[in-house]
Amino acid sequence: MREKSGSDLAVNSYSEIRNEILSRNITCTALTAHYLEKMDEGRDMNAFISFFSVHAMQQAEQVDLAIQNGNAGALAGLILAVKDNIVIEGQKATCGSNILNNFVSPYTATVIERLESAGAIIVGKTNMDEFAMGSSNETSHYGVVRNPLDPERVPGGSSGGSAAAVAANMCLAALGSDTGGSIRQPASFCGVVGIKPTYGRVSRYGLVAYGSSFDQIGPITRSVEDNARILQCIAGFDERDSTSADMPVPDYTTTLGQDVNGITIGLPKEYMGEGLQPDIQATLDETIQLLEQAGATIKPISLPHTEYAIADYYILVTAEASSNLERYDGVRYGHRSREAASLEEMYVNSRSEGFGAEVKRRIMLGSYVLSAGYYDAYYRKAQKVRRLISNDFHKAFETCDCLLTPTAPSTAFKIGEKTDDPLHMYLSDIYTVPINLAGIPAIAVPCGTDNQNLPIGLQLMAKPFDEPMIYRVAHFLEQAQR
Amino acid sequence: MEITRSDVENVAQLAKLKFDDDEIDQLRQQMSSIISYFEKLSELNTDDVAPLSHVLDITNRMRPDEVRESLPQDIALSNAPVSKRGYFSVPKVISND
Repeated sequence: MREKSGSDLAVNSYSEIRNEILSRNITCTALTAHYLEKMDEGRDMNAFISFFSVHAMQQAEQVDLAIQNGNAGALAGLILAVKDNIVIEGQKATCGSNILNNFVSPYTATVIERLESAGAIIVGKTNMDEFAMGSSNETSHYGVVRNPLDPERVPGGSSGGSAAAVAANMCLAALGSDTGGSIRQPASFCGVVGIKPTYGRVSRYGLVAYGSSFDQIGPITRSVEDNARILQCIAGFDERDSTSADMPVPDYTTTLGQDVNGITIGLPKEYMGEGLQPDIQATLDETIQLLEQAGATIKPISLPHTEYAIADYYILVTAEASSNLERYDGVRYGHRSREAASLEEMYVNSRSEGFGAEVKRRIMLGSYVLSAGYYDAYYRKAQKVRRLISNDFHKAFETCDCLLTPTAPSTAFKIGEKTDDPLHMYLSDIYTVPINLAGIPAIAVPCGTDNQNLPIGLQLMAKPFDEPMIYRVAHFLEQAQR
Repeated sequence: MEITRSDVENVAQLAKLKFDDDEIDQLRQQMSSIISYFEKLSELNTDDVAPLSHVLDITNRMRPDEVRESLPQDIALSNAPVSKRGYFSVPKVISND
C-alpha cells in the first residue's frame, strides 16, 4: 500500500479523510507534517501566536499507534488549532495581550482534555483580538491577522486567527470562543462554518473569562459534519464549570442529511433592510427560495427589541469585562511593572502597561456603568432589556423551528477601515449579539460570495439546546451548493 | 451624557488605570458618544420586567465540601512575577513610620 503524502489531501474536510486515516492510507505523522508546513508557509497571515511543531508530531505518533492498535478515537487525526484564550498545561496562553505575554498555563481546559483523548492533534494557538474584545482581530498585541481570501482585509474577530487558519487550510479545524459573535462573524468573513453552541452546552473550564454570562467555546470547520463531530466531543456537563448544563447530549450527526421539508424557518424583518450590503440580501433571497423549493415554510417574523441589542450587550459585556479583568494585577501572574514604589502604583502601572487601548476602553466603560449612582440606570436597566430581547426569541420559537438571518451587515472589511471609531465597530455586531443575549445556539454557514468574491455567511438560530435543528438546515444549505 | 475629564479620571482610579492628557481627552469623547448611545435603552418602559442575569434556569450548584487535589504550591507560584518562600510577593504595604 502506497503511503499518501499530506499534500494529496489539498482542501478536504476531516470527515472526508477520516476513513483514509483509520485505514492507515495516510498516517497522522504525515498529515501533521503537511499541516505544520502549511502553517509555516502562511506565517505572513499571522494567524498563529504559537506553533506546537515538536509536541504535535509526538501527539501524531501516539495517535498513529492507537489506530494501529485498533483504539482510534472519534476524532483520530483531527489537525486542530486552538484560540489562544483556551489553556493547555505547559503552553503559553496570551489571550492576544501583552499582559499575558509570558503566561504559561499550569492546567488544561476541559475541551482540550476531551479532544486530545478523542485523538485530536493540536498544532498551535491562534491569534485573536486582545481578550476577545474586537470584531476584526486588529486589537491583538501580536498584530493584525490577514484574511486568507484578501490580505488587505480583516478575517473578522475575535476568533480571527482560528477562522483564517481553517480557511487557509493550515489545519482541519479550530476552536474559537463567542461572546457576541466572535466565532460566527470571522467564520462568515473567511467562508467557513462556525457554531456558537447554547450557553452552558460546552464547559468553559480553562477558557479565560471575558463576559461570563455570554462566553461559549465552539468549533470552526470546513464542513458542517466536521463541526457536528467536534461539538459531539466537547459538549456536555462538566462539574468544574458550574454554569455548564447538566443535560443529555444528543447525537449531532443524525440530523445531517435529513431534508428540510415541513420545517418552519422564521425571517426576522429587523435583520434586513437599512445597513445591509445588497449582495448579502441577494444571497439571503436566493437561500430562501432554495429552502422553499425544498419544502420548508418561510415565515416573516418580528424580533421587536433588536434595535436595543447593541446598547444592551455593550453595557453588560463591558461591566462583566471590567470585573473579570480585575484579576490582572501583577501579583499572581502576568506582567508586573518594574516601576512601582507602592502596591497601588504596582497595580496601576502593571495594568496600564499591560492592556491595549480597546481593553482599557471597555474596562473604563464597564467601570462607569457599574459605578455608584449609575448602576441602576445602566446595568440594571440592561439586565431588564436583556429579558425583553430574550423573550422575543422565545416567542419566535413558539411558531418557528429555526431563524435565518445574515451573520454580519457586510462582508470582510478593509484593515484599518473601522479602527478610528469604536462605536462604529460595535454597531457591526448587530446580527450576532442578540443571540448571546438570549443564550441560544447559532451557526454561520457559507452561502455565497459578493461581487468581489468575498464569502457571505448566513446565520441559523434555534431554541436552546436544539443544535440538531441548525445542523440539519446548515447541512442542507451546504450540500445544495455543491 | 457628556463625560467630563474629571469623570474619566475618577473612573480610571476605580479601574486602576492611568492615562496621559491626550488619552483622557480621547476617552472623554469616545465614552461620551458610547454612553449616549447606551441611553437608547431609556426609551423602553421596563417597570414590570424582571432583570435577566443568567439565561439558563440553574441556580447555585453546590458540590460536597470535600478536600480534593489542588495545584501544588510551586506550580501555583510558577507564573508569579515575584515570589518569596512560597508566597506571592508585592511591594511593601505597611510603612515603618
